[in-house]
Parts: sequence; C-alpha cells; structure tokens
Amino acid sequence: MDLQIALILGQDGITNGAIYALLALALVLVFAVTRVIFIPQGEFVAYGALTLAMIENGFFPATMWLLLGAGVVVTLADGVSAIRAGQSRKVVGIAGVNLIYPLLLLALVWSLPLRDLPLAVQVLLTLLIVVPMGPMMYRLVYQPIADAPVLVLLIMSIAAHVAMVGLGLVFFGPEGYRTSPFSNARFEIGPMFVTGQTIWVILSSLVFIVALALFFSKTIYGKALRATAINPNGARLMGISPMLAGKLTFFLAALIGALSGVLISPITTIYYDTGFLIGLKGFVAAIIGGLSSYPIAAAGALMVGLLESFSSFWASAYKEVIVFTLVIPVLVWRSLTTHHMEEEE
Amino acid sequence: MKFELSPKVLMIVLVVLLALAPLVLKPYHITVLNYIGLYSMVAIGLVLLTGVGGLTSFGQAAFVGLGAYTTAVLTTASDLPGWLAWMGWSPWLSLVAGLIVTGTSAYLIGLVTLRLSGHFLPLGTIAWGISLYFLFGTMGLLGGHTGFGGIPPIAVFGYELRQGHQIFYLIWLFVLLAVITTLNLLDSREGRAIRALKGGMIMAEAMGVNTARSRMVIFVIASLLACASGWLYVHMQRFVNPTPFGIHMGIEYLFMAVLGGAAHVWGAIIGATVITVLKQWLQDILPAIFGQAGNFEVIFFGALLVLILHRARGGLWPILTSLTQRVVPVRAEQRQIDRNVEPLPSRELPSKGELLLDAREVTRRFGGLIACNRLSLEVRAGEILALIGPNGAGKSTMFNQVSGVDVPTSGKITFLGKDVTGKTSREIARMGMSRTFQHVKLLPTMSVIENVAIGAHLRGNRGVLSAAWRLDRQEEKRLLAEAAKQIERVGLGDYMFVEAGSLALGQQRIVEIARALTSDPCLLLLDEPAAGLRYKEKQALAELMRKLSAEGMGILLVEHDMDFVMGLVDRVVVMEFGEKISEGLPEEVQKDPAVLQAYLGGVE
Repeated sequence: MDLQIALILGQDGITNGAIYALLALALVLVFAVTRVIFIPQGEFVAYGALTLAMIENGFFPATMWLLLGAGVVVTLADGVSAIRAGQSRKVVGIAGVNLIYPLLLLALVWSLPLRDLPLAVQVLLTLLIVVPMGPMMYRLVYQPIADAPVLVLLIMSIAAHVAMVGLGLVFFGPEGYRTSPFSNARFEIGPMFVTGQTIWVILSSLVFIVALALFFSKTIYGKALRATAINPNGARLMGISPMLAGKLTFFLAALIGALSGVLISPITTIYYDTGFLIGLKGFVAAIIGGLSSYPIAAAGALMVGLLESFSSFWASAYKEVIVFTLVIPVLVWRSLTTHHMEEEE
Repeated sequence: MKFELSPKVLMIVLVVLLALAPLVLKPYHITVLNYIGLYSMVAIGLVLLTGVGGLTSFGQAAFVGLGAYTTAVLTTASDLPGWLAWMGWSPWLSLVAGLIVTGTSAYLIGLVTLRLSGHFLPLGTIAWGISLYFLFGTMGLLGGHTGFGGIPPIAVFGYELRQGHQIFYLIWLFVLLAVITTLNLLDSREGRAIRALKGGMIMAEAMGVNTARSRMVIFVIASLLACASGWLYVHMQRFVNPTPFGIHMGIEYLFMAVLGGAAHVWGAIIGATVITVLKQWLQDILPAIFGQAGNFEVIFFGALLVLILHRARGGLWPILTSLTQRVVPVRAEQRQIDRNVEPLPSRELPSKGELLLDAREVTRRFGGLIACNRLSLEVRAGEILALIGPNGAGKSTMFNQVSGVDVPTSGKITFLGKDVTGKTSREIARMGMSRTFQHVKLLPTMSVIENVAIGAHLRGNRGVLSAAWRLDRQEEKRLLAEAAKQIERVGLGDYMFVEAGSLALGQQRIVEIARALTSDPCLLLLDEPAAGLRYKEKQALAELMRKLSAEGMGILLVEHDMDFVMGLVDRVVVMEFGEKISEGLPEEVQKDPAVLQAYLGGVE
C-alpha cells in the first residue's frame, strides 16, 4: 500500500463514516427518548435511496402507496379513538395530516414530469414521501405499547424491520440502483483527488449534526426531547406528551435515514435490503458510545468507516466480519467498566 | 368430581400420535413435521432465554450453523490429521464436538455481553450471527456459498436413518427430551433462580443467587439446543450451505418463540408449527400475487408479530390453553409438600449478646447529595434494633449499604467479625444476613412457596444437570418443606400455592419475611415490615419477631409505625438528613429534644 491508496481508502472511510455517524446519532436519540432500539433505521436509508432512484428513472415511486396505506390506517386508528373520546373535531386534523397530505402528494407526484425535474426537487420529493413514514410507524408499531420493556420494543423493531424489507422487495424489485451524483466536480488537493459527492456527504453530515445540536440546545421542542430522554415521567408531569416526543423523534430518525440514503446512493449501489447492514454499522458506532454518548458514537462511526474501507483493501472477503467483530472488544471494554447491576423490567 | 385429564395422559397421547404419524402421513407432511421439530428445539432455547430469562438472541441460527458445519466438516473429512484419524468421526462423536464448539462460543459471547444491560446481548448476537454467516460463506474449507454434500446419515445401533420418516423419530425424541428437561429445570432450585432473572435480579442476588451465572447457564443451554438442531438438520439433508444459518433465520426463530408464547416451553412448538406451516403456504401463493420470486412472507410475519404483541403479549399458547381448557380440562398438578423429609441443616446461631453487625462511619454520596453521613450502628445477637427517622432520612440507603446492594462511599462495615465493605449482596447473604425490601420484590406470577423457596437457594447445591434429569428431588423436597415451614410460621399457610401477586400488599411483605427466614439467617434486616398490616397482623408480626430474637437472631428494623416500634424493640437509632441524631432505649429516645425537633418541628 502506498500513500496514494491510503489516501483514497481514508477518503472512502471518512465518507462512509460520516453517514454512519448520522445514523448512530439517530439511533442514540431514538433509544434515549423512546427506549426503542431502532433496527428499521436502515430501511429508511434504503427507502430514501431507492425512492430517489425511481423518481430519477421516471417511475412513479411505489413508496407513495405505503405512505398512503399507512396514512389510512393511522387515520382510522386515531379517528376512531378521537370519536370514542368525544373529540370529533380532532378528526379533521388527523385526516388532514394522515390522509389529505398523502393524497395531495400523490396527485403532485403523479402529475409532475419526474425524470425532468432538477435533482434538488427530486430529493425534496423523496424526503416528502419517506420522512412522514417515521411518525406513522411510531404511531402504528410502538405507541400502543410504549411502556413495554426494552426487550419487547426490540422485538417490535425486528418485526417492523423484516416487514419493511419485504415491502422494499415488492416496491423496488431485487435490482440495485445507483443515483446520479449531486456534483461531478473533482478537486485535486495535493496528492489526492476528491470528488464533489464526497464533499457533499461530509459537509451535509456536518451541517446536519450542527443543526441537530442547535435544535436540541436552542428550541423548545429540542429541549422537550432532551427532557424526555433524561426523565420521561418528569417530562410528562411538565406537560411534554410522550406521544409527541415519540413522533418527533421518529420524524428526525426517518429524516436522517432518508437523507443518508439520498447522500450515499451515488457512491454505493443500494438494494432493497442493503439498509440493514448500513444501519447495523451505525449500531456498532452507537454501541461504542454505549447507546448514550453522541460524541463517542460519532467518533466510533468514523472508526467503523475507516476500518471498513481499509479491511476491504486487505481482506475484502472478510470486510463485514471484521467490522462486526469490532463490537466484541468494545463490549469487553464496556463490560469491564460497568459495575452496577440494573433491574430490567 | 369433575372430569379432568392429567398432564401425564396428554403427554402419552402426544407420544402415541407422534409414533403413529409416519405410518399415516404422506412423506411431504413428514418433512414438514421434521422441520417443525428442528425449529422447535431452537425455539425452546429462546423461550428459556427470552420468555423466562428476559434476555434475547438473534444469533441462534449461527449456533445452529456451528453445530451443522462442525459435524459436516468432521464426518466428511477424508484426510484427518493422524492424531484424530483413529476416531473415524461417526456423527455421534461430531455431535459431541459440535456441542463443545458451540457451548464454548456461547460462553465467550456471554462473557462479554451478559454483564451489560439486557439489550447488548441481542445487539452482540446480531453482529456475531452476521460475522459467522459471512465466514461460512467465504471460507474455502467450508465450501463457500454453494456448500458441500456427501454427509453420511446418522446410524442408531448400526441402523442408518436415511429417509425422512426414519430420522423423524430421532428428531422428535430430541424435541421431547428438550421439552422435558427444560420443564424439569424450571421446576427446581436453579430454575427458580433463572425465573427470577426477569424482574427480580436485585432480590435474587440478595438471596445468594449468582444472576450472572444463571444468565450464562440459559444462554449456553439455548445455544446447545440450537447446535443439536443443526446437527440433526445436516444429517437429514446430507448437504450443507450457509443460507439456513443467516440472520434472517435467527430472526425467524425469535418470531417462533414470541408468537407461540415466549414464557411457555410448549409455546415454542406451537410457534414453530404456525410459522413453518404459514411459510410453506405463503411461499406458494405470494410470488404469484406479486409476480416475482422473493421472501414476501416476512411482510406477513412482521405484521403478525406486531399484532400479537399489541393484542396478546403472552403469545398463542395462553390463548390456546384457555380455549382448550373448556373442551378438555387439564388438571393443574398440585404440588405435594413432603413433611417427613429430614430438615435442612441450620446455622449455629451466635450466642446472645455477641456483636453481629458493626457499621462504622458509613457515608454514601449520590453526586452532591449525602444520603448517609458518617453513620455508625451495631446490632448484637438476640437484639432488635430499630432505625427510625422522617421520610428521606436515609434509612433505606443505609440498609442497602449494610446488605451489599450498594457500596458505601466511605466507612467500614463488619459482619460477624469480617470486613464486608464492598462485598456483593450474594457474599453477604452467604454469611448469614438476609433482608426484605421496602418496595416488595416478589415474582408476582410465581406461587408463594416458590417465591419463599428462592430464600433457600444457598442451602441447596444441586445444579442444572441434576435438575434437568430429576436427580435433585430429595434436596428439592427438603427445600420446599423448609419453605412451607417458614410460610406457616409467618401465618400464611393458607396461601402457599396461590400466585404471590394476588396477595394484599401487607401479606406480600410477610411473604418477604418468610423468604428471608428460609435462608436461615443470623441477622435479619426488615424494611418497613408492618406497613399495610392490620392491627391483629401487626401483633402477630411483633410476636414472631420477639420469638426470633429470643432464639438469638439479631434484627435490624426500619419502621414508621411508632406504636409498633416502641413496644417491641430493644434499642433505637434515629436518623435525620442522613445523620444519626439520637440513639438509645426507646423511652430515652422518645424524650430526646433532638428527636422531638425532627418529628414535631421546633417550638418557637
């Protein structure tokens, strides 16, 4: 290996690491606020990437149907309980968000010449379709058993994950896609070539991380989420609805997932089931941070990215094995430094 | 008398049905039953792990794979190194080898994940499952992704099991053995410790249970069951490739256990049956509907599981039994207590007046809060000492320091002349200190006698294997007789076989006392035992405590009920804001101005 190759591998590693860092942050956030270990995070990556790919190729994005279907179910579930509670007025709002919005979006997507739209509009459409599925998913899967033990919520996550992978196969078929890059520019910095897409990925990740930090420190909703993460009962007594906190968290997680998918799909071919492995690498990073520390998780993500790109050079067949066995020393270290015993529900 | 079937009869019916199955069913159905049996074994391990122990694993398919590949490689190897060749590797030998390999891997994985909180094990096993799957697929020795064949059939006494209906009997023999040994295990000393893992770890540790070890035990057992399933699978297929051992299969196993009813051993078989049959059916119809090939059944499995967990978290088995109970009532086996067994040996109590517990200058800080500040107290044999004080004075914190549930920031605690500062509650329990909890820590779905018998954990020594094979029955009788004796002693003899969670809160506190007494302590720590009791019950409790102290037991008591305390105890220590403000005889303390100040407020 010479310097040239090392630089290329390092660049690859940091690019992927930036994506894993975004995902790891989302995973830590979701776990802190809702105690859900969010395995389906990776599916949002795949859905984001593949929805964009379909739009780019001029196909009607099939995920639109899932949004509409989930919206109908949420409207029914929430509508019935609102009417039962004697709050029929709320039904309008519920239907507006969960039913009218998908229908309007459907009409819009149907009428637009998808293939000829500028990339930014295509990305925006992708996010408009995929991101609302996050809160809907919280409502349908997790909210009815929000108080269940972590273990049950985890099994729920797995169930949601396999269902989403199956649906992904229905929507996108077994072929993989690669979307066109945001920029075709290439820069020469010293001995190394940097592609525009790499800069896009790294900068977007940084911007998003900073935006999240500002959201959590400056806005009332961000503070509400932090409060819920630290002390759910206390937050509830202060009038922060756990339901709202859950939906908001899942909105952010879905946004991060879809955005990561959109960013990474010009670099890697994405298949309907690729999301799982990408999400799991985010998990490895999140575990390095003990599912609680954002900065350590982000650093862990860079480490995972670098380890992955360098091991793909030295032992490409064992790339995944090396990345996933990385959790073992991390767990050893964690288990040696943890002393207290906790009661699990 | 109402007509009721005994569980034994049902078991015999099941065995007869299984024995007849190959004679009447078509080969296709036998194959399906074989798969159900293979999957059931893995699911039984997951029931033990998930439903009973509150842990879970997505890596069970990888353990199945380890069992499968170990035997596949060993039984087909033509050029074994010289020092191994003499064995000739019959499948039975390679089963042993597989069990050793699998058990060791599970032990190592458990070692790094089981000390962490529960969700690290599933995440660790996902990583492990994926790594192993890729290894199976990439190692040339293992045939890569295409796999390899030529694996010999299993021979039983020289009779080769080549056909589906031949290996059928072996598979279901394994399943029944797995069911019976697991049920046996759960109904034993070790089994009670395992059942306490879900929601009762602090209590179990205080009763002397090594919970880390119990977690390890069930994780290794689950992996061994998976390994045996893999071994049977490979010798049934006579071919091996990595596909059936991927993470998706690990997830499917978990679905089986949860769907069937994760807390019930029989539920594993129901879950395996439902998923297997449903999968066959969906795989036939779905690709036609969607117009392409693929594993579309997972969409339905996912949705099904979400629905089940929303509507019936216990899974299908409890629903099924409550339905069939109306048609074919099954008698609940009433536990028999044999009172003629030789009682358990009990500890020599220290002579009256001997120093039992000596806490010196114990301090416990939680961040900036000093919950206990340089608190000293001592308890002698045959003495009842009350620790009183307003709410939040730090009494329960002090209890936790003394009993090893928590570790003091500074100070020294001596028990029976030995320094026990920083020792675990398990070690302290072994020395003869037992306690109750302010917030009752019983296992609500277990019967009162089983809860109380956990207290006797350290008085037995029969392990997992003897429990599985019922070699522990003599000791078990003695443990249960002791538990029954203590339950009667505290006056709850009528409630011995009811679920502990169905008792009133006051009675639950008394059950905790019985559990503590069952451990045969010389020092008893009672945290608010009289709360929630009626007047008569309080009198009975006071009577019991007087009797215990007369026998030479030391009792340290935290209590709010002053009438109860002042008439009963020998000495009182009063705490306020983490500090001792007074100590002495009850009548002295009642007159102490500092105490009056603390309880009644100052007089201006």
